[in-house]
Amino acid sequence: MVVTKHTLVALVEDKPGVLNRVASLFRRRGFNIESIAVGHSEKPNLSRMTIVVDGTTTSVEQVRKQLDKLPDIIKVSDITEDNIIARELALIKVHATSATRREIIEIVDIFRANIVDVAADSVTIEATGDEEKIGSLLKLVRGFGIKEIARTGRIAMSRGGPGLMPLEGKSAKANNKK
Amino acid sequence: MKMTGSQILCDGMVKEGVEVIFGLPGGAVLPLYDTLPQYSQLRHILVRHEQCAAHAADGYARATGKVGVCLATSGPGASNLVTGIANAHLDSVPMVAITGQVARPFIGKDAFQEVDITGITLPITKHNYLVLDTASLGKVVREAFHLARTGRPGPVLIDIPRDVLAEAVDFHPPSQTELSGYKPTLQGHPAQIKKAAKLITESRQPVILAGRGIIISGAHNELKQLAETAQLPVITTLLGIGCFPESHFLSYGMLGMHGMAYANMAVNDADLIIAIGMRFDDRATGKVSAFAPDARIIHIDIDPAEIGKNVRVDVPIVGDVKVILQALNKLMTPIEHIDWVKQLDTWRREHPSISIRDSDGLLPQYVVQQIYEVTQGEAIIATGVGQNQMWAAQHYCYHKPNSFISSGGLGTMGFGLPAAMGAKAGCPDSTVWCIDGDGSLQMTIQELATLVQENLAVKIAILNNGYLGMVRQWQQLFYGKRYVATPLSGPDFVKIAEGYGLPGLLVKHRGGVRPAIEQAMAHPGPFLIDFRVEPEENVYPMVPPGASLAEVLEAPQPEAKAADSAKLPVSNI
Repeated sequence: MVVTKHTLVALVEDKPGVLNRVASLFRRRGFNIESIAVGHSEKPNLSRMTIVVDGTTTSVEQVRKQLDKLPDIIKVSDITEDNIIARELALIKVHATSATRREIIEIVDIFRANIVDVAADSVTIEATGDEEKIGSLLKLVRGFGIKEIARTGRIAMSRGGPGLMPLEGKSAKANNKK
Repeated sequence: MKMTGSQILCDGMVKEGVEVIFGLPGGAVLPLYDTLPQYSQLRHILVRHEQCAAHAADGYARATGKVGVCLATSGPGASNLVTGIANAHLDSVPMVAITGQVARPFIGKDAFQEVDITGITLPITKHNYLVLDTASLGKVVREAFHLARTGRPGPVLIDIPRDVLAEAVDFHPPSQTELSGYKPTLQGHPAQIKKAAKLITESRQPVILAGRGIIISGAHNELKQLAETAQLPVITTLLGIGCFPESHFLSYGMLGMHGMAYANMAVNDADLIIAIGMRFDDRATGKVSAFAPDARIIHIDIDPAEIGKNVRVDVPIVGDVKVILQALNKLMTPIEHIDWVKQLDTWRREHPSISIRDSDGLLPQYVVQQIYEVTQGEAIIATGVGQNQMWAAQHYCYHKPNSFISSGGLGTMGFGLPAAMGAKAGCPDSTVWCIDGDGSLQMTIQELATLVQENLAVKIAILNNGYLGMVRQWQQLFYGKRYVATPLSGPDFVKIAEGYGLPGLLVKHRGGVRPAIEQAMAHPGPFLIDFRVEPEENVYPMVPPGASLAEVLEAPQPEAKAADSAKLPVSNI
């Protein structure tokens, strides 16, 4: 059984406690959540979660089915095998002096990132991309001295296709079970 | 129309068909208790400990097939329900647990008798609610009962702050329940059902493993039809007991750790397992990697998460067992597996498994067998957990659903008495026996008071061996006979019974068993019998923990007794 990184996306009721229910299920089945990102979805009153976990395909499928049983979860899919777009956002505050600022800006340009704040002794970079791109950027600016990093974790969706919940209303869940 | 939260709750329960509530009052639920007398349809049974309110609701639900309801106040009342809720969750019992909560302004302030019961019960409920808006209570009650009884049933908890119970709001009856994230699959996939029919027809050594899902779904007639049409031996799980008449010529008892040797042999040699409404629990499968090594597996269950959870499955069919069996039966033409059935009959003759050894002593198996004879198999039997449970499962012959009530998944000692109480409240015309151990009974013995106060005529048979018997058996077999913390002394159960106001009898000899059972049956109210049974009697057959079903140990023959324990495989559990 090979442990690999899995990306799950879920549409959930926008209610107190739902994140706890989801996180609790992963805890109970012994998964370490690498990242979890939550925000509004295209449907009113529904939030979209992107969860990244390490696990074997069978164990992740088991937890996906357990998640699917929660009444507050409208739909959950493991999109690891799909052709997906995955991005995260990072804010990186780098130590910068008048001597190094120029060089940092050049790196930022190469990565098509932005400088969103400049202070006397630092610049703050905003970068979006997959984990690999953020990782490469971090490697390059680490030498200047990193003061602070904030990352959102992965958000993802499949390329093309009808979306996670294409059908309106009640039959969607039953018809789209993976 | 203005209604208080308490009235909305009671009104909702009446509409859901609730007849009995098992509960114990306290500060946070006082507004509700004050309202209860306005709803005469709701009978309240006052328990002596909230754990027993949950177990009684559980026993009620298993005996009647309806949703059991328990009620407790905030804080310790709510947390005392936890074991009972977990028990119902593991055994898929429909239950609604209602807890009081501190008033809304006090939530999160560590107020007196505040506990985060929705947080605590998150992993042991099918769903739970904290009601912060009184106007939503009607809808919540409706959803809770819907969730509890449909799909794979389970417990649902509703936590209601005291001021929500007291607050009056404009009441609009809730419209249809709309749970977009909850749509249990009922119809099985036709192609899968066709595949299953083909496998059954082609198989030479098939067995049905029948679980509690058949009882929940009410599919015992469909099961019987399938078994008879295709001549399929039926083996049940512990909780499947009663779904198929044990006197039927195709019934081969229970499988698993204390299952019949011939049932385990049949599973081990089968070329096809038709698992229906069961979940391959480790106590049923034995060592899972060695489970049914030559068999293909058809798994029929309403819960998709059970498919492939513990064993690999060749033909999964998700849906309601009854609906699927009806469809499957339509595809089946009569076939025979005569050689295979003959083989099973030979194994049954060679490994009788439940014959009671010759003894002048008072054997617990004999007590159970006598209860069977006196009640003619018509009683509802509720059990504790341990040896008493296994003997009650093995030596009483069950022939109808909902007649064996036992804590399977959680293995909760103390379950027997409150569960029997709930069963009797739900089925007042049935004879209800609680077959319990001296250890198990003492965990919930205070409910004798409830039996007397509510005049619930439960008959209690204590298989009193002066030990935590199942643990002692493991110590004898796997821990070099070192009986650490298993001997129990006393009490005098007859005096205890009398103290609570019900008659009790002490039986020390074989000859006293039958008259005592008959006396208990003749008495109109609750009755307790303390059977002082052989202290070191063991439950056989036994598949040692961690061993495969093929490695079943049978009752040692008198001359082989000493040699037997040396042959045991090494336990890894």
